[in-house]
Amino acid sequence: MRNLLITAILVVLSSTFVYVTTSGQLQFGKPAQTRMDDYFLRHGQEQTGANNIVTAVVFDFRGFDTLGEATVLFVVVLGVGMLFRKLMAEEEEEEQAA
Amino acid sequence: MSKIVSAAADFLYPFVMIFGFYIVLHGHLTPGGGFQGGAVIATGVALMFAAHRYRDIAPIFKKAIFNTCETVGLVLFIGLAFAGLFYGKSFMYNWLARIPGLFGEQVSYGVNPGSLDTGGIIPLLNIAVGLEVLGALSLVIYYLLTYVVQMGVNKHHGQ
Repeated sequence: MRNLLITAILVVLSSTFVYVTTSGQLQFGKPAQTRMDDYFLRHGQEQTGANNIVTAVVFDFRGFDTLGEATVLFVVVLGVGMLFRKLMAEEEEEEQAA
Repeated sequence: MSKIVSAAADFLYPFVMIFGFYIVLHGHLTPGGGFQGGAVIATGVALMFAAHRYRDIAPIFKKAIFNTCETVGLVLFIGLAFAGLFYGKSFMYNWLARIPGLFGEQVSYGVNPGSLDTGGIIPLLNIAVGLEVLGALSLVIYYLLTYVVQMGVNKHHGQ
């Protein structure tokens, strides 16, 4: 019963998605809203001084998001380090003993 | 690996490094940036790890170097972001743009080849992120290649 319900929901959602994307309401290269894109393209160079608009968005307009990404990478290394913490401790003991 | 592979890796290594640092430094002009350039540099490090014996490569690529790179990169990024709070208006404010000095040249508008001396704090943030990514990815490669081998050895000897 539960599986049937999940399948029905998935079918409805995916058929809606396919209908919306193929019925011609959303055309490729013609976004529904362009105010944000136009703002970045017109004022990006002047406000940030960077020729590369993608970098201007990633590091200036959305710099806080990049800070989060950098933190994610830091936490990943922390996690991998935690995985091998026992072996690392053994190695350090050996170095101190030598 | 065989002598041919390690010799070819030694030959390729400087070019990979130069290309990676080029991507990081020209992040505000050409496609790429800190993340992509750092990944290319870490690929060079992975190449050296893959092509050489562990005991030959361990004295050159020390864990402390990558650790320092990663920490310095993240601290530099956060420090530059907080400096915007004091020198400018808000957190992450581009306080170096359009002020003569470091990366402060006035950019010419429209389509142009660009100058390296533009972008304000964007090139500095790119360098910070590049340092962080090269340290982080190299550290992950280092940990996995070093300690997974040791774990296998320990298992075989029943320790």
